[in-house]
Amino acid sequence: MSTKQKLRRYHAPVWDEPLIMEMGVAGRRGCHFSTVNEDVIELIPATMRRKSKPDLPEMSEPDVLRHYLHLSQETLGMMGINLFGTCTMKYNPRLTEALTARPQIADIHPNQHSDTLQGVLEIIYNFDILLRELSGMDQFTFQPAGGADAAYTQACITRAYHAANGELQQRNQIITSIQTHPCNPATSATAGFEVVTLMLDDNGYPSLDALKAATSEKTAALMITNPDDMGIYNPDIKKWVDIVHDAGGLCFYDHANFNGVMSKLRARELGFDACMFMLHKTFGASKGGGGPAAGAYGCTTELSKYLPGPIVTKDGSKFILTDNSPDSIGRVREYWGNVQQIVKAYAWTRAMGANGINEAANMSVLLNNYMEKDLLKIRGVTRSYPDIKGWRIEMTRYSLGQLYEDTGVTAIDVQHRMVDFGIDAFWLSHEPWIVPQPFTPEAGETWSKEDIDYWIAVLQHISDEAYSNPEIVTTAPHNQAIHKLNPESLDDPDRWAMTWRAFKRKQAARKK
Amino acid sequence: MNSHVLIHIHALPAGLLEEASEVPRSKRAHPFMPNSVSAIEQGLLKELGIQSVEELFQQIPSNHRLSKPLNLPPALSAESELSRHMTDLLRKNISCEEVLNFLGGGCWQHHVPAICDEIIQRSEFLTPIWGTPSSDLGRNQAWFEFTSQLGELIDLDLVALPVYSWGCAAGHAIRMAARLTGRNKVLIPRFIDPERRAVIANYCEPVNMPSRIEIIDLEVDPETGQLNLKDLDLKLNDQVAAVYFENPAYLGQIESQASKISAAAKKAGAETIVGVDPISLGVLNPPGNYGADIVVGSIQPLGIHMYCGGGLAGFIASRDEPRYAYEYPTLMISIAETTHGEYGFGMALFHQSSYGLREEGKDWTGTSTYLWAIGSAVYMSLMGPEGFRELGNLIIQRAHYCTDLLSDIDGVSISNPSGFFKEFVVNFDGTGKSVDYINKALLERKILGGLDLSKSFPELGNSSLYCVTELHSEADLQQLAESLREVCTQ
Repeated sequence: MSTKQKLRRYHAPVWDEPLIMEMGVAGRRGCHFSTVNEDVIELIPATMRRKSKPDLPEMSEPDVLRHYLHLSQETLGMMGINLFGTCTMKYNPRLTEALTARPQIADIHPNQHSDTLQGVLEIIYNFDILLRELSGMDQFTFQPAGGADAAYTQACITRAYHAANGELQQRNQIITSIQTHPCNPATSATAGFEVVTLMLDDNGYPSLDALKAATSEKTAALMITNPDDMGIYNPDIKKWVDIVHDAGGLCFYDHANFNGVMSKLRARELGFDACMFMLHKTFGASKGGGGPAAGAYGCTTELSKYLPGPIVTKDGSKFILTDNSPDSIGRVREYWGNVQQIVKAYAWTRAMGANGINEAANMSVLLNNYMEKDLLKIRGVTRSYPDIKGWRIEMTRYSLGQLYEDTGVTAIDVQHRMVDFGIDAFWLSHEPWIVPQPFTPEAGETWSKEDIDYWIAVLQHISDEAYSNPEIVTTAPHNQAIHKLNPESLDDPDRWAMTWRAFKRKQAARKK
Repeated sequence: MNSHVLIHIHALPAGLLEEASEVPRSKRAHPFMPNSVSAIEQGLLKELGIQSVEELFQQIPSNHRLSKPLNLPPALSAESELSRHMTDLLRKNISCEEVLNFLGGGCWQHHVPAICDEIIQRSEFLTPIWGTPSSDLGRNQAWFEFTSQLGELIDLDLVALPVYSWGCAAGHAIRMAARLTGRNKVLIPRFIDPERRAVIANYCEPVNMPSRIEIIDLEVDPETGQLNLKDLDLKLNDQVAAVYFENPAYLGQIESQASKISAAAKKAGAETIVGVDPISLGVLNPPGNYGADIVVGSIQPLGIHMYCGGGLAGFIASRDEPRYAYEYPTLMISIAETTHGEYGFGMALFHQSSYGLREEGKDWTGTSTYLWAIGSAVYMSLMGPEGFRELGNLIIQRAHYCTDLLSDIDGVSISNPSGFFKEFVVNFDGTGKSVDYINKALLERKILGGLDLSKSFPELGNSSLYCVTELHSEADLQQLAESLREVCTQ
């Protein structure tokens, strides 16, 4: 990008949309059901009849539609350019939405006889095989309802594996790194393990010595992301796996950052016992603003007997559900998982093919490094671990620490200003921040070069503002439906209100 | 343990991969990738001063790279071909639209208003993840309208953003109770959805972990389908963190001793956790009204399709007291003011989540089921108090109409013929036929019979859990009865 871009005018839609709780008019109806004789109420035990009506809004159907259409318009999301790092904000093919809205997916019950579900079973069976090819693993389960649930699955399988070997009480530690997603330590702790977190060395990843010092006869497993969110790949990862295996632990590859390495490496060939793919990130299924999601968890034959059931298998020409492993950890969630998301991801994988997946990985890495070249020219922007030379993978973590020191403008201020240009928030960093004022954009393969150039131009513009007129940034947003939220009340028991009724009660108490 | 690294042979099924081959890179740009134009790619490489994209992967040692190329079936980049491939597969499913369905148990077929589908398919709601409180205003407001309306239905002030499922919500709630009380046992009814029971077990067990929460079954009176209060008294003690029960219970019965159960739990210093099907709450007493401390349940019935179980989403709610609020593992949306006094919404108590505190946080959170919160918000807005009441009445009438018809069939009996909502147990012991046989015969008549309980609860004999909703007309139920009569008396 050489020439200075003219920025487009943008303003978020403003509807001043009231809360639905304030919109009802007594007597209005949004839906009807057949009416029956009122005395059916006597079929309910007297103590269990509802005495007073729920205070829900009484709305007509068209008003409900328009209200929620307005709310959708007051949501920026992917309507502009969205490079929210670690979440791989890629295009979600709308064909897959239309397919899964069909009754053959939307209106099927998981307990139907398998003869009536041959289509969806075949899709899951075949998708398992595609993911084996991508990972080298021997068996996948799609039951985990998200990436964190897949990490929890690993923690439960770690328990079962060591319990089977009579070593669970001894092996009570799971090792991870500070740059690995918080769901790994959190699910480990929930499953009852102690967490050992390795900090980074000058190379941008923990040293082999740190790992050796952390492993012992207490080691149950390693749970790690690679590359990390700074775009740094740990080249010692095979040695890591060997060290943990030698100590008797399992190795789990959290493929949260798979987009840049898909078709480049296989978790199994690096020695891992298990891995996880996020179908709502890498595999094109929609995110829904935070789910429903799907964490596909794959493992070796050695661990597959511990998988949560049911698993789709084939009996002659028929696909069936198998749920009879006595060693299974049971369920991490009811039924087979978020089936519609699995179907979308299968369709995406078929649309891409091996060449398409390879090209997508190439493109996401190419765009990230192209972006980095221009972002580092912007005043106040530096790269995380700036002394580490070379290309990053599909994401680079940057710091606005310099901008903050020079101008007092924070990374969060910059987030709030970017939305004034129709660009939704960038990702900062998981906590704790090890880079001051971090930000982490991820280009992926589905944003055009023009989009990337525009994103860079907006950040350039905001840097200019920060150095010339910082107040315009610190008081942003200016072009959104509402101004910056005052967060003070959110942790105050007298003022937080997670429902309208709580809000009304607390407001009334304050007026007294 | 390293030997398995070398083994990388899968039994690839004929037909899926045999046609796969490494075809030369197509010159056509892929429809999903705007930069897959040779000139653009060359331009980007030139900007970086490199010849090949391969140079960008220098961080990855060569012996970490694929041992052999990916072998996937050829790309179906033509939407017409992909659509054909997928619809050919989907046609092998038989949907509940094509047959009469009586399966419920933990995933229920209710009417989904068209507007619910319209709103959840809006790109703005369908595709994002996190923005700022300003740029997410509409979505956050929709979430707050979900929690606010659900709070009215269950009669509680604190409702969190949803979790994966009812079972996961129950598991988290039990863990909350264990932290609140410092105790490590939970009492749960013996008749509970086995799927849900398995999820709860995963959140509480296994036996030899120091953090284990022991699950103790509560007896259910077979005559009434109600919890056995004597057994409850026997098992309640100062080690019990929580009593968990469901209303309606798994086998369909409305638990009419709810106040007594919560009072007994309170007396023993335990928390009362109630699982509810919120679609019943237009006519059933809300749990906030009979002493529930924490309420969990599924929002799938509220305007979300079944999606083969992919429509599940669980909720956690409680009284709005800091003691409870500080134990939530979920994200929570709160109304708040902007710097200019406008209403906005933000995440309350974010720091106690695993995002804020990693392993020191409350359990864990992550990408959840938030799109379904929006679908449910739309649903509750359409329903209003009268819609929920009308629906509740209709379901009760239809379900009892159905049991009246079925109990007339020789050899068929209804285990608890009164006091249920939409589900009930049909026993076939008198027919001499297995549920499996009956369901297969029903399927030939385009009916999906009830959920087979004979393997999960053998003590119930040849029994099946039937679910009747507003989608069943009286004619449908007559058809079921006629078909069952044929099947059972043949």
